Amino acid sequence: MRAGRHLRLRRRLSRAFRLVCAATTWLGCGLLAVLLFHLVRDGFGRMNWEFLTSYPSRFAAKAGVKSALWGSVWLMGLTAAFSIPVGVAAAIYLEEYARRGRLSTLIHINIANLAGVPSIVFGILGLAVFVRFLAFDRSLLSGSLTMSLVILPVIIIAAREALRAVPDSIRQAAYALGATRWQTVRHHVLPAAAPGILTGVILAMSRALGETAPLIMIGALTYVAFVPEHPLDPFSTLPIQVFNWASRPQQAFHEAAAAGILVLLAVLLLMNSAAVLLRHRTQRYRRW
Amino acid sequence: MSAPKSLSRKLTRSAREEAVRGVLFICALISVATTVGILVVLAREAAAFFEHVPVADFLFGTRWAPLLEPRSFGVLPLVCGTFLVVAGSSLIAIPIGVLSGMYLSEFASDRVRGIVKPVLEILAGIPTVVYGYFALTFVTPQLARVFPDIHIFNAASASIVVGIMVLPMVASLCDDALRAVPESLRHAAYAVGATPFEVSMRVVFPAALSGVLASFVLAMSRAIGETMAVTLAAGVTPKLTANPLESIQTMTAYIVQVSLGDTPAGTVEYQTIFAVGALLFAITLSLNLLAHRILRRFREAYE
Repeated sequence: MRAGRHLRLRRRLSRAFRLVCAATTWLGCGLLAVLLFHLVRDGFGRMNWEFLTSYPSRFAAKAGVKSALWGSVWLMGLTAAFSIPVGVAAAIYLEEYARRGRLSTLIHINIANLAGVPSIVFGILGLAVFVRFLAFDRSLLSGSLTMSLVILPVIIIAAREALRAVPDSIRQAAYALGATRWQTVRHHVLPAAAPGILTGVILAMSRALGETAPLIMIGALTYVAFVPEHPLDPFSTLPIQVFNWASRPQQAFHEAAAAGILVLLAVLLLMNSAAVLLRHRTQRYRRW
Repeated sequence: MSAPKSLSRKLTRSAREEAVRGVLFICALISVATTVGILVVLAREAAAFFEHVPVADFLFGTRWAPLLEPRSFGVLPLVCGTFLVVAGSSLIAIPIGVLSGMYLSEFASDRVRGIVKPVLEILAGIPTVVYGYFALTFVTPQLARVFPDIHIFNAASASIVVGIMVLPMVASLCDDALRAVPESLRHAAYAVGATPFEVSMRVVFPAALSGVLASFVLAMSRAIGETMAVTLAAGVTPKLTANPLESIQTMTAYIVQVSLGDTPAGTVEYQTIFAVGALLFAITLSLNLLAHRILRRFREAYE
């Protein structure tokens, strides 16, 4: 009798626990819904063509994101140009060339640690090295070099994983036919790993798009009333513009900030869906 | 005739191999150079700062007023503000994160995982400045309904959004850790009549403890380094307080405040950002190394 009641209690406890777990999980997802709802309610009224094609202004009603949008485009382009080749090359060296020794362990630990360094610390480095020491000033060049350092560990880690997933049989087949190491990598391993690398790269770029603190450190400006035309031009970006508007007390600027966030999130969502789709496809069509 | 030709081709081929190897190696070294660069920059500028301010005054001083006369460089109020946010965000991220991870790994169907995982990824991918806006325009007004005397800038709303921000990381790391526990352990527990609750709490959870604990430490490290949300929501008044309804300032927010102003380079005020940055770097690095150690030290090895 007592055993039976005890068992019922245990089962009830188990069901309750499962329910609590499910509830908290959906609470987390619900937070996303609240966040999005709040943003759309605040910012949707400001979302129009004019908002995208106007420069920032002292008057909230006239303010737009044109210069910030172009600043972000420039920054993304330059950051991609610096960080992708270097990151992929570093990953190739570590996966395909390096002997498992002290140096490669050191580099490995170092990259893992860099990935955990707060982005603002990279900003301090960028300020000291690119802005002051190399005298690139508060330019797109300084910004994109700093941002490249922020996302480099992300790219290297993702690219290494993609390279590691390529089976050794492919390498051995290439070597057996007399290919050199670089030929093997260039013609066989890299194409096989490309979708995985690309997924990682897109995710890293979406991180770079939303990253704000390092750019504020290197002195990216919040009020830029022109479209940058040269890597040495000063610039603003979408998140910096959002930060500026959000830190003002007026409600009208908050609406502009919400609209800016909607633009930012739309671009991010596009990039992330591309990454997810790509991952899905590679998982389905993987030949090994 | 053909022998030297093929030989020279072989030579250029191996020369190219070597060149490629060299270039790849240099790229790999850039990450090491970055670390060295961070260390050198922080050490040099912080050393210059400590020529003016004794280390003990900096580390143990209780008043932070580097921009106002009389100046004072006690960093404790900033550290206090940072840890107030860390504590608050942990209160949110850790319980919700662990329970979500538990749900995802032990109970959820594949279909539910297919929905929740991408949502968590989206939450993790939202830029921090967005969370700052959310704290300022949504969380604080909601809190003000319950606590009418809350300051517009307060530690509570910053903590809440930072908690939401690190929640996906805790959830997915816990999920990974719990899923890494071999099925055979669960089967064994079910075979002796344990309920799902008992299996998850008494068998799977202890077996995955190292991964779960490491996720907490990493979450704290993320919360310490978090910048934009606390800059927007927590305020600019460095203060030794445990009251989350007050305006405070974190280390990161202070660094942003100085770099937004026009403090001339080379002054002591300017050097403070490197001193505070060095402290920030030291704290996050030790936490990351701690997480690494927990993972290695307490890992239960199976098979």
